[in-house]
Amino acid sequence: MKVVVNISLKEGVLDPQGKAVHHALSALKFNSVDDVRIGKQIVMQIDESDEAKVRESVSQMCEELLANTVIEDYTIEILK
Amino acid sequence: MKVAVVVFPGTNCEYDTEYAYKKLDQDVVLVWHKEEKLPENIDLVVLPGGFSYGDALRSGSIARFSPIIQDVIRFANDGGYVLGICNGFQILLEAGLLPGAMKRNQNVHFVSKYHYLKVEDNSNKFLRKLNNGDIVNIPIAHGEGNYYIDDKSLKELYKNGQVILTYCDSNAKELNPNGSVDSIAGICNKNKNVFGLMPHPERAMESILGSSDGIKMLEGFIG
Repeated sequence: MKVVVNISLKEGVLDPQGKAVHHALSALKFNSVDDVRIGKQIVMQIDESDEAKVRESVSQMCEELLANTVIEDYTIEILK
Repeated sequence: MKVAVVVFPGTNCEYDTEYAYKKLDQDVVLVWHKEEKLPENIDLVVLPGGFSYGDALRSGSIARFSPIIQDVIRFANDGGYVLGICNGFQILLEAGLLPGAMKRNQNVHFVSKYHYLKVEDNSNKFLRKLNNGDIVNIPIAHGEGNYYIDDKSLKELYKNGQVILTYCDSNAKELNPNGSVDSIAGICNKNKNVFGLMPHPERAMESILGSSDGIKMLEGFIG
């Protein structure tokens, strides 16, 4: 099963990279951009077909290692 | 005093740290991160600077699961002194031995230069040789030193005297090189036996090389 984890800084936590990219986009005259947030995407191939089990184990991975829940949120997307 | 300096793949300040404590006439032993136990009779564990695991995922996030860390946590919980410098500080945050987290520097640049620091609270073993309000000149070298902590936890830090160092200019006026909350450069835990700071006192041991202000910091643990 293919699993995509998206990790981003929590709402309210200032994102230095997003801000820098926003400035750069403004400099390139993309003036309609209101806000930029940068995160990371982790794509995993998991040898397990039970979706509930996959979701549970990936949540655990996020809590323990993949995300730092002090500053980051994560979403888990399961692709068949 | 016997100092254990933990070495991870990608650590690059272990020899500076060893040099610093040998200069202060202390015994130093380097400990590979795969070890499961610290050596006997250790008085201070230092997690030195560097780029453990190439900063993959987040600085310190992989090193935090190295076998030796379990014993460092046990040592800290038993009241042993632990000092995390730069990447070591990041590892202590990831391990939950210190509160908060590190983000990319506000200007997204790696910052490497001397910076003045103000002693905010010396009521701890690390900074006891300095006075509150003292200014020290210590190198910083990091890309992820933008300290973050939520407002409620920040109040707790102040209440318990855990904010120990802040960034400033030569006149003690606040000067923030990386965007850290309240320009915080170093903190300790509530029990005041675990310390973390982004600046490198071990690189400020010889005035001929720019500063020897690190001596007064590192010798706090001695005796």
